[in-house]
Amino acid sequence: MGNIRLEAVHKAFGGVNVIPGIDLDIEDGSFVVFVGPSGCGKSTLLRLIAGLEDVTSGRIFIDGANVVDLPAARRGLSMVFQSYALYPHMSVRNNIGFGLKMAGQPKDEIKRKVEAAAASLNLTQYLDRKPGQLSGGQRQRVAIGRAIVREPKAFLFDEPLSNLDAALRVNMRLEIASLQKKLGTTAIYVTHDQVEAMTMADKIVVLNAGNVEQVGSPIELYERPANLFVAGFIGSPKMNLITGAPASSLGAETIGVRPEHLVAARDGEGWKGRIAVAEHLGSDTFLYVEVPGVGTLTSRTVGELGFKAGESVVLIPDAKRIHRFDKTGKAIR
Amino acid sequence: MSTRETRAVGRLLVAPSVILLFLWMIVPLALTIYFSLLRYDLLNPGMETFAGLDNYYWFLTDPAFSTALANTLMLVGAVLVITVVGGTLFALLLDQPVFGQKVLRLMVIAPFFVMPTVSALVWKNLLMHPVSGLFAWIANSLGLTPVDWFAEVPLLSVILIVAWQWLPFATLILLTALQSLDEEQKEAAEMDGAGAIPFFFYIVLPHLARPITVVILIETIFLLTVFAEIFVTTGGGPGLQTTNIAFLVYAQALLQYDVGGASAGGIVAVVLANIVAFFLVRIIGKNLEA
Repeated sequence: MGNIRLEAVHKAFGGVNVIPGIDLDIEDGSFVVFVGPSGCGKSTLLRLIAGLEDVTSGRIFIDGANVVDLPAARRGLSMVFQSYALYPHMSVRNNIGFGLKMAGQPKDEIKRKVEAAAASLNLTQYLDRKPGQLSGGQRQRVAIGRAIVREPKAFLFDEPLSNLDAALRVNMRLEIASLQKKLGTTAIYVTHDQVEAMTMADKIVVLNAGNVEQVGSPIELYERPANLFVAGFIGSPKMNLITGAPASSLGAETIGVRPEHLVAARDGEGWKGRIAVAEHLGSDTFLYVEVPGVGTLTSRTVGELGFKAGESVVLIPDAKRIHRFDKTGKAIR
Repeated sequence: MSTRETRAVGRLLVAPSVILLFLWMIVPLALTIYFSLLRYDLLNPGMETFAGLDNYYWFLTDPAFSTALANTLMLVGAVLVITVVGGTLFALLLDQPVFGQKVLRLMVIAPFFVMPTVSALVWKNLLMHPVSGLFAWIANSLGLTPVDWFAEVPLLSVILIVAWQWLPFATLILLTALQSLDEEQKEAAEMDGAGAIPFFFYIVLPHLARPITVVILIETIFLLTVFAEIFVTTGGGPGLQTTNIAFLVYAQALLQYDVGGASAGGIVAVVLANIVAFFLVRIIGKNLEA
């Protein structure tokens, strides 16, 4: 079991309100990702749940019990840190087993659990090495092993992949997601990388300046962003946000069109402009088009259509997929 | 420093300092060895005759030698224990956010800046004096008999003074080491449920292993040659109770005017220091390897 509920959780450092007040429900077994720009309070929120910081006010329930007054160790959660935070003088075996040892479990029990965890993470042959003798990916695995061996109610991940190179990051992303599915344990994962959020999450919580902007499945956020912030944050390349005449003609303050819903053509009815830069990625081509009176728009076209920088082009938006936002930035539905 | 040329240039560039340091060491050493083989009495200068190993024989068979050796080891060992244990505790204390932290740190470090003769005099006359000292006053006001420190427990008194001087050094080194302990590691230990005492023994102490080794090695070098504190307070006495090797060599040379015997003692001290260094590096040197 690992049902986590936040009620009006508020955190202030001195006079600064980092988190003005958050309500959130995390179902048992789900993979929830907190995503947002740096300084949005996502790590602080995770640390509040972990018990590494005290809430200023509000309540946190884990399986129905209010845990705000419990120390971190007694909340039944385990955490994977950004720097892994392995104990450098202990072997991999002792690193993974340290929590169990502190909990006073019998030696052969610890040995059995550590070896099982190591086997599931392909760490068996490294059990007697020190963290200093391991590669970045292996250290990451040890940190995960240390988290799973305690059979927690939930895993907390604090940007665990940010110290890995790009290829390894994709691998570990898949591995963490599949491990979580296999164990069926609730996971809360903090990242600033919206690709990680989109690929791993059952549910994404978009945070901005300590506030929850939107909660939903990745596709929900992508297809129906609740406001301008979410629209601009989720999706790569970014959604085109257009103000002025094209927006007001549709009865909105701002309209948003995703690059993939903006078709580039040689001629037709749409926004006429000149290609400033064309990025050819092989499978996709990103066109950065300067449209007079509208600004620079990004268009994503599939494959190679032979567009080159300097050419003029017509951008035709998919009328059904235009997002409209009012003056306050809220989506008009 | 990868190619042969850069290595050669590197050797050439460090050569002057290496040669200078070597001369600095070898000339006094050679002269001391030379004097140690002479019958050299300061009261009859110019009458030196070759003595062979007689000086060594007399120095090593002198009953004062074994006493001085025991005193030296006792002094070094006791001061090391006090400073390392006390330094660790002080460092833990100063690492906590307490009121007046900066002033407190300055006060803890202060004794290290006081020269040994001065601190020894302060201890002798203001603190440990059996009539006018602070400790005597405390004992009197509690209705106890004051302790005559340098008469009753002379070696302990010297140990206390020297430990007081070296405690700041250990505290300073261990405090900086404590502050370099990774914050996320502390939090990981917190999540793992390590309470204060297991946290200290499983996380902090292993982290301090290397700085403690450094403290022990550096302090040992200086503690083997403690002289001023003894000279100012007890003068090696009563009897030989506070005479260490360094003081014995001094007494040989300048109280008995026997330069040959003192030189032999000096060479013996060099050999002893190397033996101690050898065992120290064997025992704790592995902590220094990365």
